[in-house]
Amino acid sequence: MALTGFRSLLAAAAVAAMLAVAACGGGGGASGGGDATAAGPNGVDDGTTLTLWTRAPLEKQAKLLVEAYNATHQNTVELTVTPNDDYVAKVGAAAGAGGLPDLFAADIVYVPNWVQQGLFQDISDSIDGLPFKDAINAGHLAAGTYEGRAHVLPFVLDLSMLFWNKDLFREAGLDPEKPPATLEEYAAAAKAIQALGKPDTYGTATGLNCGGCLVFTWFPSIWAAGEQVMTPDGTQSLLASPTARQVYDTWRDLWQSGAVLPSSRDEAGPTWTAGFTEGKVGLMFYPATLLSSTQGFEVGVAGIPGPNGGSSTFVGGDGIGISKDSEKAPQAWNFLSWLMSEEAQVEVLGKNLDVVSRSDLADNKYAVSDPRLVTINEVAAAGETPVAINFQQAFNATNSPWLTLVRDAVLGTGADLDKNNDEITAVLSQQ
Amino acid sequence: MTSSTLTGPAAPAAPVRHRPVGRALQGWLYATPTAAFVGVLFVLPLLLVMLMSASRWPLLSGYQGWNLPANYSRAVSNRFFVDSVVFTVKYTVLATVLLIALGLGLALLVQESTRWKGLLRTAFLVPSALGLASASLLFYVLYSPFAGPFAPIMERMGATFLGTPDAALWSTLFLIVWRYAGFYMLLMLVGLQAVPADVYEAARIDGAGRWQTFRHITLPLLRPTLALCTVLCVTGSLLAFEQFYILTKGGPDNSTISVVQLIYTVAFQGQNDLGVAAALSVLVLGVLVLVNVLQIRAFSRPEER
Repeated sequence: MALTGFRSLLAAAAVAAMLAVAACGGGGGASGGGDATAAGPNGVDDGTTLTLWTRAPLEKQAKLLVEAYNATHQNTVELTVTPNDDYVAKVGAAAGAGGLPDLFAADIVYVPNWVQQGLFQDISDSIDGLPFKDAINAGHLAAGTYEGRAHVLPFVLDLSMLFWNKDLFREAGLDPEKPPATLEEYAAAAKAIQALGKPDTYGTATGLNCGGCLVFTWFPSIWAAGEQVMTPDGTQSLLASPTARQVYDTWRDLWQSGAVLPSSRDEAGPTWTAGFTEGKVGLMFYPATLLSSTQGFEVGVAGIPGPNGGSSTFVGGDGIGISKDSEKAPQAWNFLSWLMSEEAQVEVLGKNLDVVSRSDLADNKYAVSDPRLVTINEVAAAGETPVAINFQQAFNATNSPWLTLVRDAVLGTGADLDKNNDEITAVLSQQ
Repeated sequence: MTSSTLTGPAAPAAPVRHRPVGRALQGWLYATPTAAFVGVLFVLPLLLVMLMSASRWPLLSGYQGWNLPANYSRAVSNRFFVDSVVFTVKYTVLATVLLIALGLGLALLVQESTRWKGLLRTAFLVPSALGLASASLLFYVLYSPFAGPFAPIMERMGATFLGTPDAALWSTLFLIVWRYAGFYMLLMLVGLQAVPADVYEAARIDGAGRWQTFRHITLPLLRPTLALCTVLCVTGSLLAFEQFYILTKGGPDNSTISVVQLIYTVAFQGQNDLGVAAALSVLVLGVLVLVNVLQIRAFSRPEER
């Protein structure tokens, strides 16, 4: 018996150890050696091995970029891809232990917090040396700027766009070349496709148990109406406004009419885009980075409409910077300066039908050949990147108050909207 | 080892003793590996967690000074604290009752059955060879309304395995029973085989029926085994994490957040506050120690008290 008592103590200690490992050697905050600017505008390319971490949703783009860099440079970048849900824990544990890689990407909504915590090195001077500095995506740069110093460059831009399956539109008797201009038209189109009664085919889809997906795809409807989701300092939620209510009501109506893919209700993120990618969903708000993965049917792309028209997008994706623990900053800057170059932006990202991070390259040769990319680049200029220190806890976390709000407003009674909105504010405003 | 402290220079009149020093040293040597492991892997992390629970310790920036009562009050006032405690207790009671009853039932079945003994024992035990995380992933796919093989059935019934709070709880319990019933069956089987055959024979001669034999012979003699199983099961269930982390992520609507999952969430998903998470861990540890002491006392025979 004494043994089992001890075992249970051990089991409890396992939890403790998990936390302890994460914190081991915590407090190391000294900036790594080597100044990125010391080595000239392009950094150093001397055969050094650099490590780079990113999260799974942007694996495709990260791989293409790293392969192209390794093929043309003496430096070697080793890429590590981590599942989306585990990325923060992994970075947190490494940050505490002083074991961050040389370069790492972060979901742009977490960047303000991470920069403030000192995870990235200051690269303002290096960025100032870039001749095209003003053309770099302003939303991403702003998210990584703390006390006037820039720490982060855009790695991959991911925009939320309205994607529609032109084949299904044709079958349902809708104009395949004309995207819905309002949320109401969006709902009508979804219902029309649902009314086809095709097996396994649904009007629309979303991730109703995925805070990140909902932020990414529903905030733009509110922005399209010219309104905000938070106060500019990111401490107060405005998600109980009449416009926000209209958004929830539209989705509530869609859900009740049965035009939403049923698995959307419990979709926590891993497969939220799968239905559309397989051609089984008529139209949905979808990440632009996945444009190249929609094969086998014709796809149209437009901005996300508001309740009464307008259009906007969430300029998401990942920012990238040099970690506080890196001692190879000049070499790491070599990768970053190459990343911003025309060679990387156009020949790697543009060629893969991705959005480029520089507005002066928006009309590159690949974009011009595909009108959908021109649309994405145009809408990108009107998009927004929300900034809040407690963004993850308020919106992305699995038990976030934002999820509670949406699920109550769309699947439940909707009676607690104001209370749930106050709960978001409470989380946003905590220190 | 206690004997070494009793002997020593305090007894000058005694004849030369060459035994104590050598034996004591030997004793210490035998104990050193275990002591080292316990020290490095248990005592040190435990002390570190105690320290963290008393400090301001954000995940991304480390130790930031003392923060003593605040971590504990924030831990207890977390908006999911009460819900997670209630849910964990509910889950523990259900899992323990199901697993003990099924484990005992399966053990009796296997013991009674002569022809299929080997096959049955293997069949019940095989799931135990699978790690809990792997098993959870397996069931995640089985339960998935999008990719799972039961997707058409779920669609026809208009319900999903993980869609409502009750369904999610029972689906998780099913996974746990599937995964652990064989393990508890094995423990019970060992206990059953330790019951001497002549006791059963005596009972049969006295004319005891099946139920009477079970109630008055098997159960009392299984007492130590039942105690072991209950302690293991209660402790394991109170610390439930992987199955909920993988299957439900605390959903739907935050209805299946276990206490350990709350600790994980506070530490790594959003709040990123290791201080508060450590405070929760220390509270859980305290409760576990208490629960185990109570259980062991409740199960011990009166004469052992």
